[in-house]
Amino acid sequence: MDVTIIIDSLPSLLKATLMTILLAAISIVIALIIGFFTAIVRILKVKILNGIATTYVSIIRGTPLLVQIFVIYYGLPQIGISLDPISSGVVALSLNAGAYLSESFRASILAVDNGQMEASLSMGMTYSQALRRIILPQSLRIAIPTLSNTFIVLIKDTSLVSVITVTELLQMSSLIIAKTFEPLTIYLLAAAIYWVLITFFTTILDKLEVRSSKYLVR
Amino acid sequence: MSIIQVKNLKKTFGTNEVLQGIDLTIAKSEVVVIMGPSGSGKSTLLRCLNFLEEPTEGTIRIGEFQVDAGGNKNRKRKKEIRELRKITGFVFQSFNLFPHKTAIENVMEGPIIIHGTKVEEARILAKALLTKVGLGDRCDYYPAQLSGGQQQRVAIARSLALNPMVMLYDEPTSALDPELVKEVLQVIKDLAREGMTMIIVTHEMNFAKDVADRVIFMDKGVIVEQGTSEEIFLNPKEDRTRQFLSIVE
Ligand SMILES: Nc1ncnc2c1ncn2[C@@H]1O[C@H](COP(=O)(O)OP(=O)(O)OP(=O)(O)O)[C@@H](O)[C@H]1O
Ligand SMILES: [Mg+2]
Repeated sequence: MDVTIIIDSLPSLLKATLMTILLAAISIVIALIIGFFTAIVRILKVKILNGIATTYVSIIRGTPLLVQIFVIYYGLPQIGISLDPISSGVVALSLNAGAYLSESFRASILAVDNGQMEASLSMGMTYSQALRRIILPQSLRIAIPTLSNTFIVLIKDTSLVSVITVTELLQMSSLIIAKTFEPLTIYLLAAAIYWVLITFFTTILDKLEVRSSKYLVR
Repeated sequence: MSIIQVKNLKKTFGTNEVLQGIDLTIAKSEVVVIMGPSGSGKSTLLRCLNFLEEPTEGTIRIGEFQVDAGGNKNRKRKKEIRELRKITGFVFQSFNLFPHKTAIENVMEGPIIIHGTKVEEARILAKALLTKVGLGDRCDYYPAQLSGGQQQRVAIARSLALNPMVMLYDEPTSALDPELVKEVLQVIKDLAREGMTMIIVTHEMNFAKDVADRVIFMDKGVIVEQGTSEEIFLNPKEDRTRQFLSIVE
């Protein structure tokens, strides 16, 4: 193992890490929005939309992410929808995480005791006021552990979009290895970066969970 | 004029007719206690009054808001139901305080959201109400940090914060340890003395004797008989009432 190789490749790897973070960050924001509305549509059983939402979740959960990426990047151009690699990656990752998030949102909203909704309605609140002020803050706390899990999986899943030539961390590692022929060093380095990244976010999310649960402490 | 008027209220769950045509008129400042065996429809009656349960048939008027049964979910009817709820406090057996809010925030929530009261004003109002129910020193406690009796008193203060015309209580002390029952009943008694109109479902006979202007005995979805507490407890006319009282006492 050669230390100079590490020092030489680190700048490129860190730059690629930014792409990884960017992919994960944009995708999680879109996924949160998709997941939230999908969950609401399914809980309220909104006509037509409910069927679409249920099918969407079922398809995403029932197929490999890699296949979803291929369909979006290689498949969609055939019907006239061509996205560049990064956009394809973001779309695939958001749709994928969105489906999983909708399930955890849904479960966490349903986990809030029914008496909370009744107490809110009995005061004269509208359904959406009750949802916003009373139900969602409580369900968010319930959802945080699964939310952080989905986010961590999402960070790892960004590595899959390397197959459609997005130069994120894994793709960059492979490019460097093609020049240096040092797969062990470089892949271990990439693994270390993923590990630091994920540990960092896990710590933040754990703190958030503790903070949001403070009212449960006796 | 009466404050509450219920006409021919029916509620069916599937094929189970839980309320079989209830007629009920309640005057201003009247305190009505409802008793009856488990499953007789007491909770369903109260919940229908607040449309937490959608009645199958009949009419409910509280104050100036009259809503017919029928389940029509249009905007106008939803709004009328909300108006009716705003003037009706509902106290649950299981308190249903908002666990993520402190005692004072629980009480402030209604005025802020429903009446559009300014936060600082709502805080002053909430503080006064918590003091009134004996919890002026527990404002910043979360529900999980309060005893059952304290939680129920916060729940009563939360209802009072909307300045209701009527208070409905569904077994407010049934979830409490015996030693905590008194403090909650005392708060309700104080409200009775102040002239609050109230319907209380409870099994507390002594409390009913103290505060009820009228006791209603329900069984199998009908009002079997009603009268003053003396009439019902000392001189019940109906067999079913007698049977029930002999079990409770
Ligand atoms: N949501 C519901 N779905 C189906 N049946 C219901 C529902 N709520 C109540 N019931 C039925 O209606 C009947 C009356 O119930 P209710 O809760 O009003 O009785 P209650 O007089 O309050 O009894 P308790 O003293 O046990 O609280 C019962 O037979 C109950 O099983
Ligand atoms: Mg009941």
